[in-house]
Amino acid sequence: MRVPMTEYLVIDLDSERWVCRVCAHDLGSAHDNYKPGTLVHDRDPREIHQPIIDPERYEYTFSPDPSYCRILEYYCPGCGTQIEVEYLPPGHPPTVDLLIDVPALRAQWEERGLDAEEVHNYGPGEDARTQTAALKTIGHVR
Amino acid sequence: MTAVHENPSRVLTPQEQEWVDKFMDETTLFLGPDPEIMRDHGIAPRSDHEELAIAAGVDRLEVERIRKRIAGALDEGYEMCEAQGAAPGAKWGDLTTAIYTASGDVSYLSCHGVIAFSAILHHPIRYIMKYWKDEPTVGINPGDGFIHNDARFGNVHNTDQSMIMPVMRDGAIIAWVAATIHEGENGACEPGGMPSGSETPFDDGLRMSPFKIVESGELRRDLLTFLQHSVRDPKLQLADLKVKITAVRKIMERVDAVIDEVGVDTFVAALRTTVEDVEVEVRRRISELPDGTYRFDQFMDSTLKENILIKFACKITIKGDQMTADLRGTGPEILNRAINSPLCSVKSMFMQAILAFWWPDLPRCTSAMSCIEIISDEGTWADASYDAPMGQSLQASFRGFSAFQALYSRMSFSTPHKYSNVVANWFNQINTFLWGGVTQHGDMVGNLCADLNGMPGGAKPFRDGEDSVSPLFCAMADTAEQEVMEEEVPFMQLVSKRLVRDNMGFGKFNGGMGYEMIVAAEGTPQWGFMTVTSGAKFSSVYGMYGGYGCGTYPLAMVKGTNVYEHIRRDPSKFDLSIEKVMNEQPFEDGRYSTYHMGLQFDIAKDGELYMISQGAGGGYGDPLERLPESVVRDAELGRITQKVAEEIFGVRYDPTNFRLDVEGTEAARQAAREARLRRGRPFAEFCEEFVTPEPPESLHYYGSWGSDTDDITATVFTIDGPERVSAPLAELPIVMIPDRREVRIAELEARVLELEATSGVEVKRLA
Repeated sequence: MRVPMTEYLVIDLDSERWVCRVCAHDLGSAHDNYKPGTLVHDRDPREIHQPIIDPERYEYTFSPDPSYCRILEYYCPGCGTQIEVEYLPPGHPPTVDLLIDVPALRAQWEERGLDAEEVHNYGPGEDARTQTAALKTIGHVR
Repeated sequence: MTAVHENPSRVLTPQEQEWVDKFMDETTLFLGPDPEIMRDHGIAPRSDHEELAIAAGVDRLEVERIRKRIAGALDEGYEMCEAQGAAPGAKWGDLTTAIYTASGDVSYLSCHGVIAFSAILHHPIRYIMKYWKDEPTVGINPGDGFIHNDARFGNVHNTDQSMIMPVMRDGAIIAWVAATIHEGENGACEPGGMPSGSETPFDDGLRMSPFKIVESGELRRDLLTFLQHSVRDPKLQLADLKVKITAVRKIMERVDAVIDEVGVDTFVAALRTTVEDVEVEVRRRISELPDGTYRFDQFMDSTLKENILIKFACKITIKGDQMTADLRGTGPEILNRAINSPLCSVKSMFMQAILAFWWPDLPRCTSAMSCIEIISDEGTWADASYDAPMGQSLQASFRGFSAFQALYSRMSFSTPHKYSNVVANWFNQINTFLWGGVTQHGDMVGNLCADLNGMPGGAKPFRDGEDSVSPLFCAMADTAEQEVMEEEVPFMQLVSKRLVRDNMGFGKFNGGMGYEMIVAAEGTPQWGFMTVTSGAKFSSVYGMYGGYGCGTYPLAMVKGTNVYEHIRRDPSKFDLSIEKVMNEQPFEDGRYSTYHMGLQFDIAKDGELYMISQGAGGGYGDPLERLPESVVRDAELGRITQKVAEEIFGVRYDPTNFRLDVEGTEAARQAAREARLRRGRPFAEFCEEFVTPEPPESLHYYGSWGSDTDDITATVFTIDGPERVSAPLAELPIVMIPDRREVRIAELEARVLELEATSGVEVKRLA
């Protein structure tokens, strides 16, 4: 069984591997963090949050200062999907953001007796249900 | 030779212990905050009365009926405060009413208002019960009311003032009712109650430990006068005390009617049962989450006086029905800056996330968080000591909210039954103007604009976040009518609520956008503005699952010119935006400048412009997955520029008619993905190059560097200037930052000496 853990990552309980939800690329052991299986790029934050007032004349411009802030972009090596983004000071070790107890996850789903992908949802509310359903029909939500 | 004299240790007899306790009680010089009370967010053990009442049998339908009636009473009290309150915060809904068990656990909170109070007001009630109940000079009697504001005794922050009254029967306390309002002005070193400039706890304004100000139904005029004398707005202090007393009494009338109807024991059992049921339910919900560890660290870029980087670390571990939040790694407190927060205030914002964004269906009880273990070492900016200033404690506590909000979306993503939607981070800064001075009516005032309530929402996996929708701490809060405010204060918002283009967290679904505000005073003998926000160099909100966070936000000013005069002479100049004013500089005699958003109270001359923008919510998902039609619509509406449409979203369209270029977009997106695969480096290889053993030398950094260390890195200031140290928190020296003006003067003096030495100018040191 595959358990969706983030928008772009599932844990395959049979192989105990992180897998890309978009292209099924293997991203490494589910017992570890998924980041070692990704490609990473250190973005100058000014490329994303572009200055709104003139950076030639002013110090504060709506853009983060690259000497304070870097944006790490994590890509799936299979399809190039940007699966995570992390804002860090330059040189700061990337965060181990997810470490899942795989046997406990398996036991949890065995007890539920459900297919994790089939029952996956984004939460309650009529708007959540109707909008998610509408987006699924055009293939915009997995 | 050393003689060793061992004193045999022995346990005191009960009689001896009584003597010791009596001696200590009679000779304690100062009853400050009690760590036993302040470190504990658990619910109290069942009292004998509760035990007996529950043992007699609990009818669940009866409990539900009582709860509904209490909820109605609390909502009525809430509406009274909102309708009658004099504080701007009251008018916008920044308040709460609540009922507590006799021990002080929140059993139910008003449906509207600030949920965070469910985690906080048991502290002052426990203090009152422990220290004042049996104190002969105080005591607790029917009709009494206690006031309190100091967060060191349990509060969200010091602008909030509570009126706490006991519900008594036959001389026994069976419950408490309280109303709490964000009053704003509190006599701090700057107007408005949230000073960014406080450098000692004594700059933070009123330091009200819980004390009795209403005695047997009468408001004590002597104490009221003392409070009025201590703040800038004495009328506000009186008016809202009366409003809170009236609201609490109205709630108590309703509660009395319920008690008369169902009996004391049933009422007591109903309050306690609610608290206990919620704790049981919370444990069950925790057990639905996957076991594991989840980490979300944040970095704040300002002390509100200068730029630094300070970490807020948070790791949550789930094991079965146990949840532990570990804050170790968080940066140290800075002993002469306002950003520190007591742990209880940070916990209150954890609660805000829990009851607003995790489990909004639960009754708002102390027990919604009581079973979550929180590990934190005192002495960090998120768990500050008694001696630290806390005027802007929201800087740390709002990070606590963001940590819990972000982590829950991760923890709950896989669960089949959710209690709330998956959502990226809400904006978490108070981007508004605080103000103070003399009004056009001659009154001295100090408070803030309701625009702090215009925080944009985070994106969801199925829709964009809402623009400037509500503050993270109060879903129903209003941004108010600026025109109404302008009748009371001598400044205008020349631009109000105009969205700033490209100001959103980009993603498959975008975070909500924020609007800009431009203000200028006129016709007042004295007026000033201040801002109290971080996030001008390092984004304060991050995105989710490939979405980006918000940008950064400057304070822009035009000084030395009266814009009103310009506009009167040439009305066409009344076409303002931060972008236009700062880039085109239309007022030729003005001085244009930008700053970080920590502006201490700044005297505003007539017509000088102060300009800020609300932030943005976090984006959700890969921006290259956003529907191209949505991107073109954003461009057509002016929400994004063509540059952003192309570079961030990979969308191509004809800018003359906003017609989507389907093939061009497909090709651009394919090229963008291929470019990622080319520039992305394998993680291990990337880390080898990117990760450094310590922060860049130029950065004043505070917190753990990475998460695999027990050491905290800090920059301390010695006789030789800034020096980086790294040690466990308990071994760090006190961190104090020198006055930035003195630093600047020293730099300029050094430069002058250097120039004098090389220029050949003859310098006379004596007059």
